[in-house]
Amino acid sequence: MNAQATDLYHDDHDHHGPPPGLWRWVVTTNHKDIGTLYLWFSLIMFFIGGAMALVIRTELFQPGLQVVDPHFFNQMTTLHALVMIFGVVMPAFVGLANWMLPMMVGAPDMALPRMNNWSFWILPFGFGLMLSTLFMEGGGPSAGWTLYPPLSLQTGDALPFLIFSIHLLGVSSIMGAINIIATIMNLRAPGMTFMKMPLFVWTWFITAYLLIAVMPVLAGAVTMMLTDKYFGTSFFNAAGGGDPVMFQHIFWFFGHPEVYILILPSFGLVSEIIPTFSRKKLFGYSSMVYATASIAFLSFIVWAHHMFTVGMPLAGELFFMFTTMLIAVPTGVKVFNWVSTMWKGAMTFETPMLFALGFVIMFTIGGFSGLMLAMTPIDFQYHDTYFVVAHFHYVLVPGAIFGIIAGVYYWLPKWTGNYYDETLGKVHFWLSTIFVNILFFPMHFVGLAGMPRRIPDYSVQFTDFNQIATIGAFGFGFAQILFLVLIVKCIRGGEKATDQVWEGAEGLEWTVASPPPYHTFSPQPIVK
Amino acid sequence: MAEATQDHYYVPTAAKWPIVGSVALTLAVTGFALYLNGSGIGMKITVLGLILFIVMLFGWFGTVIRESESGTYRSWEDVSFRMGMSWFIFSEVMFFAAFFGALFYAREYSVPWLLGEGSGASTHTYLWNDYTEIWPTNGPGDLGESDFHMHWWPLPFLNTVILLTSGITVTWAHHAIKAQHRTQIVIGLFLTVFLGFLFVFLQGVEYVEAYHEGMKLNSGIYGSTFFMLTGFHGMHVTLGAIMLTVMLFRAMAGHFTAERHFAFEAAAWYWHFVDVVWLGLFIFVYIL
Ligand code: HEM
Ligand SMILES: [Cu+2]
Repeated sequence: MNAQATDLYHDDHDHHGPPPGLWRWVVTTNHKDIGTLYLWFSLIMFFIGGAMALVIRTELFQPGLQVVDPHFFNQMTTLHALVMIFGVVMPAFVGLANWMLPMMVGAPDMALPRMNNWSFWILPFGFGLMLSTLFMEGGGPSAGWTLYPPLSLQTGDALPFLIFSIHLLGVSSIMGAINIIATIMNLRAPGMTFMKMPLFVWTWFITAYLLIAVMPVLAGAVTMMLTDKYFGTSFFNAAGGGDPVMFQHIFWFFGHPEVYILILPSFGLVSEIIPTFSRKKLFGYSSMVYATASIAFLSFIVWAHHMFTVGMPLAGELFFMFTTMLIAVPTGVKVFNWVSTMWKGAMTFETPMLFALGFVIMFTIGGFSGLMLAMTPIDFQYHDTYFVVAHFHYVLVPGAIFGIIAGVYYWLPKWTGNYYDETLGKVHFWLSTIFVNILFFPMHFVGLAGMPRRIPDYSVQFTDFNQIATIGAFGFGFAQILFLVLIVKCIRGGEKATDQVWEGAEGLEWTVASPPPYHTFSPQPIVK
Repeated sequence: MAEATQDHYYVPTAAKWPIVGSVALTLAVTGFALYLNGSGIGMKITVLGLILFIVMLFGWFGTVIRESESGTYRSWEDVSFRMGMSWFIFSEVMFFAAFFGALFYAREYSVPWLLGEGSGASTHTYLWNDYTEIWPTNGPGDLGESDFHMHWWPLPFLNTVILLTSGITVTWAHHAIKAQHRTQIVIGLFLTVFLGFLFVFLQGVEYVEAYHEGMKLNSGIYGSTFFMLTGFHGMHVTLGAIMLTVMLFRAMAGHFTAERHFAFEAAAWYWHFVDVVWLGLFIFVYIL
């Protein structure tokens, strides 16, 4: 507990680097290795989930049924969502957390390194189970990622595999979250008080609590489904005194906090990046922390806004409408703070900043459509249409995913020791941004006009907008190949990055070498 | 926050057990899924997976115990373990919350609606207008065989006493550890484990009785909530009792000093958790 926070960490004291060979990756307990594993896993799943999306969009290029049969179409919508949520966004966040949290709080590693290994190594097995269902009798799950009974109870052989894979993914997330909490609470460097923590650390801290609170609830919900199907219980069966709507309540008690699990860490990433490239301190740091905490709290009492049309008592409809609209307040605080941070800043527009700016603008579009959906009588009209699809894709793709991509660009030079190809990065950004809007914006229109979601066919009047969306989808999908190319190029070489990497960057992670030694911050730095 | 007295946090190298755990879990659930789909070898694969899982637990905890006994962990690592265990228990609480939620929902909403209250009026009128049962109920379809009511007296009450007593004995063992009174530690733990397994046994007796009366897992929502809640609780008691058994053996092997005995405390916390869940069950499942 004595070192100063700078160059000391360039040499590896008593530590050794990673052992050679591939086995190292299986048994590693190093947060940087595990972060890398998570991030690669997430990228691979991104292309798998993306391929599924392209199947969906291909089928929807024209009305009528042409490319795939409806049952397969339904499997694609279901698995696309499950892969993107549990296989892409969540693992990417955990990967970023693994790499960066210890370096940002000045910790020697994650608090529980062996469990950290297990959190990751459950994932490939869980997804192996889930994706293997595509080859089973009756095909993969096809009732939508929300798994509503009684429809989901008609799933074929896939059902128990799906349920157990969800259990495994839950175990992985819970262990990951526990590790993050223990790291943040117990391993901060001396002087790194809570209110000095970078916002990415804060948002993850709060997200971790959400995870621990709701993943077990999802596990409970799917367990009830399992016993309803195979052991004769009647949780979701009215003839036995249960209620299919009960599933929806339990599911969304998980599901709404889950969507915040999918966005809060991206809020954190953007809150790191915007100050760096505006060369100003984050505006309203403490209000950011409180806003995040309020959003997390509110996310537990708004779940039934997903169920306005199931026939809830009026008091319920009103309660959930008002609480939902309340979320717009802390969310607005955040957007306001990001914009104010840029106000009169000396801004430059490197790729991470571009993605962060794209995030702020397009996430806000998604927030506004959310606000429209929050109004009960209006949702009666929009529910289960493409308007909802447009809403959540705006918050998730140019929202959550742009945040992740921004974070990757931001820290890639730190991880690899090389600057990435800035031109290629900018091309990636512009192609992504243009195509993501071509892809999702028209969905608002067809949605308002009444096109239902999760149906492989549609009425001819929706054709033009659907064709535009499909073109956008292919453009967006292929633009992501640039991202892969850029990452590989950057790993293989490029202009050497300095330790500081970005002129305006602040924080402990910039005090270590680029790339950082295998073990950092042991002993810990002292934060003043 | 780090303690000023310790400047090195223990980061283990190469962990080979987690991957074994993943393979074990995957085998176990794959086998079980195959079994549910009617495949003959399913159960065998599950058993294989579970055996491997137990091997993994021995291996992993064995390593940790050896490290602990050789003084690898100091107070800084200890705090991480404590946080890990507390938040793990919290996640378990939320798992039970889902099932308690189902119970409340059934009693407050779905059953009254099926009886014609509130927004369920037409279901009652058109589908099941002769349905009158309030609670317990096996539903308007009269599922399963019977809707025999589980009584809180005598077995569940006895079980409450047993579990509460075991909470006391485990605390006694804890005090004994702090005083380093070996015989008391062993007796306290032994009694706790004994009471724990006695609880599970009596719960089994109760299940057999219920099944005799025709109250089964498939007896509508009452059977579903009753058996799932008490069943998961029973599994957790078993798990807790196994943890405490390990602590008993460790205590007999001379482990645990007056200052450092986190493993024991973790098992004790877990024990109190199953205790509290039981009180919830006793009140909401049996009495009310
Ligand atoms: C400004 C705050 C937000 C509000 C007021 C809001 C409101 C809503 C409402 C009312 C619905 C239900 C629409 C329906 O099914 O009829 C909905 C759906 C959805 N929202 Fe949001 N939302 C907000 C932000 C977010 C964020 C940040 C995310 C994730 C990053 C998100 C993800 C989703 C998803 C995935 C669905 C659809 C779930 C499904 O049915 O498959 N929302 N939102
Ligand atoms: Cu929601």
